[in-house]
Amino acid sequence: MNALPPLLQTRRLSVAIGARVFCRDLDLELCSGERLAILGRNGAGKSTLLSVLAGLRVPQQGEVLLKGGAYAELGPHRSALIRGWLPQSRGDAFASTVLETALVGRHPHLDRWGWESASDVRIVRAALAAVDLAEFEQRDIQTLSGGERQRLAIATLLAQQPELFLLDEPLAYLDLKHQIAMLELFSQTTRDGGSALVMVLHEPALAWRYCDRVLLVHGNGATECGPVREMLTAEKLSALYDYPMQTIEHEGQLCLIPQ
Amino acid sequence: MVLVALGSIVLALAVGSVRIPMGDVLSSLFNEQQTLSGEVVNSLRLPRALAGFACGGLLALSGALLQVLLRNPLADPYILGISGGAGVGAILAILFGLGVAGISGMSFVGALATMFVVFGLAHGDGSWTQTRLLLTGVIVAAGCGALVALILSLAPDHKLHGMLFWLMGDLSQATHPKLALGILAAVLLVAMPFARELNLLARGPDMAQALGVQVGRLRRAVYLVASLATAAAVTQAGSIGFIGMIVPHLVRLVVGNDQRVLLPVSALAGGSLLVVADTLARTLIAPQQLPVGVLTALIGVPAFLFLLARDSRLRR
Repeated sequence: MNALPPLLQTRRLSVAIGARVFCRDLDLELCSGERLAILGRNGAGKSTLLSVLAGLRVPQQGEVLLKGGAYAELGPHRSALIRGWLPQSRGDAFASTVLETALVGRHPHLDRWGWESASDVRIVRAALAAVDLAEFEQRDIQTLSGGERQRLAIATLLAQQPELFLLDEPLAYLDLKHQIAMLELFSQTTRDGGSALVMVLHEPALAWRYCDRVLLVHGNGATECGPVREMLTAEKLSALYDYPMQTIEHEGQLCLIPQ
Repeated sequence: MVLVALGSIVLALAVGSVRIPMGDVLSSLFNEQQTLSGEVVNSLRLPRALAGFACGGLLALSGALLQVLLRNPLADPYILGISGGAGVGAILAILFGLGVAGISGMSFVGALATMFVVFGLAHGDGSWTQTRLLLTGVIVAAGCGALVALILSLAPDHKLHGMLFWLMGDLSQATHPKLALGILAAVLLVAMPFARELNLLARGPDMAQALGVQVGRLRRAVYLVASLATAAAVTQAGSIGFIGMIVPHLVRLVVGNDQRVLLPVSALAGGSLLVVADTLARTLIAPQQLPVGVLTALIGVPAFLFLLARDSRLRR
């Protein structure tokens, strides 16, 4: 049997803000190479759940384990070597170049007095090239468009080289071409690097194509988790989004038609 | 930058009511001979220049730290009400006729008191967000401003001059250069190991935490260090405006926003600027002295407006 603990594990996890309970008694296991999509309505608590999984927020009950260790045991530095988190929104108070911003992702790999070395810069340049920003190195981030800014955030995360990617709406602001390019990129990274992926998505069809499992967050505390084919049915999706839908399978892909 | 700093201090030593040639300045610094110029340089101008340098450096450093903490480029050391508290303390001391030590002591107590009040109130519900901290600080500063105005309006005329001078910043009472320089060095030493973590904090607390920074602890430490630096500077030199806001800005324009470079360069630049401003304050209409805070503001306001105008043009 596999002796290694799973990359991400939750035990009887309950997440709530005030009186609103987003998920109750969630047991989840994610091993390297696995890709999980989180789907749900606006305000259902997807991002809150993801930030609990990222250790940025304390759950009401239960625990989140990274490779068998709780965030409190690991401490922020060792956690940062294992999991990376892509925030949904970001504000830049100060001017900074694209290269400097992506170099921030190397922070967990440097010691207290360390400066970014040539190899760090190499890793960051490769990450920028992977998201199509190689030409933008010296641009000020405050002059970037929303989509470019989003790709820069993804490059920063890639430069961090975590084993577990937690992505909050990775496709926000991206055009169609870059949506597919980023999902391909993350799929490849999980496959080749033995990492795992959890992402909040709004496109069930893309979850079907790029994920193995889906977690449906209903917003009232109930969650369902299972393989994409069992979760992404017309019946379940209609209930999830509270809107009638039809699904069509076409050449292995899923199409959704809102009625 | 180190050369600029040294140059500004030497200039401050040479220029004054008794003009001393550069050569004599240097020789009197390194010789023990009891000449008149040696006396002027060593016991009058040197302590004042060094204390001024330390205060300028402390203010600039504290400004740079608070701009990161509040993620607000307009933050300065006084935005959290620390100088307001120090002002109330100092003016009360002058009102009750306490001496120099009393004024320093009271202003330090005032600064510490506001620091803890702002910290405690902002902590309130445990969230301690930058908006809450900023708002609390601004409100407490406004309250202190009102108290200062109240005391000024009640004070007898012959004490008003001293009070106004203190409020506008005045280095003539700065007599503990070693203490101030020591605090400046200590603050730099404490801040530098965390400089890269501060870079991350500037990009947002969640982002910093996800990348392995203990955000809560770091923010409390930055607040304490910046507040103590401000309190130390204000106690020595009164509330000298604009150094803390302008200097980190100017430095950021030149060297970028990497705190590992920004913090030490800001300290040197802030120190130099204050020493130059103080030299001007002593000499412009000598033998009368101008409050140095007026000069830093006179230099600072146009520089800042220029930066703002330039910045908005660049963004367009």
